[in-house]
Amino acid sequence: MSELGTISFGLFIILAAVGGAAVLTWFERRLLGIWQDRYGPNRLGPFGILQVAADMLKLLTKDDWVPPFADRMVFIFAPTAIVVAMLLGFAVVPFGPDLYVLDINIGLLFFLGMTSLAVYSVLLAGLASNNKYALLGGLRSAAQMVSYEVFMGLSLMGVVMLTGSFSMRAIVEAQRDMWYCIPQILGLFTFMIAGIAESHRLPFDLPEAEHELTAGFHTEYSGMKFAMFMLGEYLGLILICCMITTLFFGGWLGPWLPPVVWFCLKVFALICFFVLLRAAIPRPRYDQLMSLGWKFMLPLTLLNLLLTGAIALALRG
Amino acid sequence: MLCAQVTSVNGTVDDLFVRFGADLFDLQSTADHTPTLWVDRGNLLEVLTHLKPRFPMLLDLFGIDERLRQHKPAAAADFTVVYHLFNLADREEIRIKVAVSDADSNVPTAVGVWANANWYERETWDMFGVQFSGHPNLRRILLPPTWEGHALRKEHPARATEMEPFSLSEEQQEQEQEALLFKPEEWGMARATEDTEFMFLNLGPNHPSVHGVFRIVLQLDGEVVVDAVPDIGYHHRGAEKMGERQTWHSYIPYTDRIDYLGGVMNNLAYVMTVEQMAGIVVPDRAKVIRIMLAELFRISSHLVFYGTFAQDVGQMSPVFYMFADRERLFGIIEAITGGRMHPAWFRIGGVAQDLPRGWERMVREFIDAMPARLDHYQIMAMDNSILKRRTVDIGSYTTAEALEWGITGASLRATGMDFDLRRDRPYGGYDQFEFEVPLGHKGDSYDRAVVRVEEIRQSLRIVRQCLDNMPEGAYKSDHHLTTPPPKERTLQDIETLIHHFLNVSWGPVIPPGEGSFPIEATKGINNYHLVSDGGTTSYRTRIRTPSFPALQQLPLISRGFMIPDLIAIIASIDFVMADVDR
Repeated sequence: MSELGTISFGLFIILAAVGGAAVLTWFERRLLGIWQDRYGPNRLGPFGILQVAADMLKLLTKDDWVPPFADRMVFIFAPTAIVVAMLLGFAVVPFGPDLYVLDINIGLLFFLGMTSLAVYSVLLAGLASNNKYALLGGLRSAAQMVSYEVFMGLSLMGVVMLTGSFSMRAIVEAQRDMWYCIPQILGLFTFMIAGIAESHRLPFDLPEAEHELTAGFHTEYSGMKFAMFMLGEYLGLILICCMITTLFFGGWLGPWLPPVVWFCLKVFALICFFVLLRAAIPRPRYDQLMSLGWKFMLPLTLLNLLLTGAIALALRG
Repeated sequence: MLCAQVTSVNGTVDDLFVRFGADLFDLQSTADHTPTLWVDRGNLLEVLTHLKPRFPMLLDLFGIDERLRQHKPAAAADFTVVYHLFNLADREEIRIKVAVSDADSNVPTAVGVWANANWYERETWDMFGVQFSGHPNLRRILLPPTWEGHALRKEHPARATEMEPFSLSEEQQEQEQEALLFKPEEWGMARATEDTEFMFLNLGPNHPSVHGVFRIVLQLDGEVVVDAVPDIGYHHRGAEKMGERQTWHSYIPYTDRIDYLGGVMNNLAYVMTVEQMAGIVVPDRAKVIRIMLAELFRISSHLVFYGTFAQDVGQMSPVFYMFADRERLFGIIEAITGGRMHPAWFRIGGVAQDLPRGWERMVREFIDAMPARLDHYQIMAMDNSILKRRTVDIGSYTTAEALEWGITGASLRATGMDFDLRRDRPYGGYDQFEFEVPLGHKGDSYDRAVVRVEEIRQSLRIVRQCLDNMPEGAYKSDHHLTTPPPKERTLQDIETLIHHFLNVSWGPVIPPGEGSFPIEATKGINNYHLVSDGGTTSYRTRIRTPSFPALQQLPLISRGFMIPDLIAIIASIDFVMADVDR
């Protein structure tokens, strides 16, 4: 692609991702509603889709308020960080054989780096708010992220081993014969868990945990700055689903339909699954989450790594 | 009340007479035949300590302002402090009363005898100004710390129109806010130890998981709760004070709003006490209708508990299913009573109307559908391993601790104590029903939920029996104190006409006396202690609610746990702030 093409496609992806996240806020509520024997937002526009516009208007017109006791600079910076980091993560996602912003040979590492940056957002928001609930939320997120970052990266190494590359396109191409969700089933499982933890959604929404910490790290946030956190969370969800699709479900690969349609369908199915997960599972306590991470998920990831390495070696040898 | 109990209680009284000498006591006769003994305050502690082994539970402790009472018991002075003791194992009750004068209203504290006397004594001080010497922290509990006067004293105004119009200057507002600040030193708490600085977290009164306006201040070491101080009173509406100006009949709607999830269950406790004092016998049909409605409300209340319990441990969906079921239930309740949460439908002597045509079909559809849905919820919520991990062994207490703190109802049965007033001292016709009393064994948060879930099934069983065996006959007693009294014969004999006229224009006049009638309400033992001075209103209305002691015990069972555990505990004890604060 030409430079101009890349830039305009990049802009398009940004718009599409933000738009997707906005629609997702409505879609999730409708889906949860259906699963919970109720309607969800169904008043504005067809199927209530204009709810998105109404929410946006409401959030945009709210008073842009920074509490006087907060650390002003950091308080404003925190919600921006999560959105920027998540949007940058989309750069390496291959939506089709030729539909991507960036194809770098360390694509996977870039993605991991960007999602890790998003942690700072939560942490800084918790610290800058100067609120006890926010502090506890920030504290929890630090602990949670440290333990889940560790095996998030490791859980993908099996995929890298099988492909022999960090490039996203190469990973997709390598799945022509068999999607990695079969040989890397353990990797898929661990990455999925880490992914939910990364986007801190129920059951891993401990930094927020509205039943315990009112709203956790974003207790003091309102208006557009609050919306940024929500946007970041939904962007994170889409990004994680894009990644799972790319790494484990053959990305754009699929018969008959155009590649990009396959990609979108897979991502959509995964999003529905994540929403269902949110509807079904209670929230563990955070020490339980820690021990799950360190005592179960990490060994499982290492085991997967060992097995994959041994088999790959045996096949090649 | 059954004769057998009276004799056995007299055994206790005889024992007291032998131990301390009969001259020490003054026996008062009450409408409920519960032995009521007046004791001199000098001997109070000795008597209470002597009674403690036999009566492990202090059911209630409250004051009465006797100064305007015309039919005053001989031993009464200006104020009376009443200790209502309960022996659950032998279904035995006793009341100890102490008279104090306004000038010297000092009573030795009973905190050393029953731990739960603490809050009750604070309430009595708050409401009457009676001093309890030796009390660890005698401060206001229901009214704000800046309140002037003691609200249940007869001279304290009951209506806003009897007072100066309310105003709040900037300065006063500052003071009020200052008064709400938590000062750990007042509660004997350290701000730091040698190596830890504690964080004091103000949870509530506006917090998603405190079920209303409940405030609890946590002393935290990281996320671990070192200690906690519950602060109640934000939902106080002076329900007891209102009882002193509403007629016996027009007070019924106020009772609905005490445990606002319990609906007519509150009516039941109240009207049964009044009926006992008036000597009204309720016809069978009214009894069964009452039981059916009360059990439907028990189901409704437990469904709310079930849903919010799952929600508070972070499970999002169950609450919607349970509220949908509750909505179906409200459909039935609406068809029968015309109301939903607060039907105010029971009357002194019966119920407001007969059952509507077609009620059987609605009730049958509901009770046929529920068991399958409960099975579904069992899989979804109670069998969920994360939910179990969040609640098993969290916030547990033993039977002895529960009794010491006045815990009743399902929270008590969760410890394995096999006691249910409906079965063990049947009232209002419960002796005619077959049901089981579900028990837990560990007394932890999970067991408290398990017991309540099983109680829903048992209540369904009782409702089915009501449905299959609904007796024919009157839905209201023909006693002249029934409200409203039967009108059919008013134009045939003058007696009925006079009764009807008086009863409708003034409201019934309940004969002087006092009594109470503990019932197994949705959340535990609910008890109205009513004092009649022979007028159209109650002289003193005391409401003993099950939620009040549950919150008092909260710090004890949450120490050492983390904030999420505290939330799980709060979710599992099933309280309603209106029921705590009245």
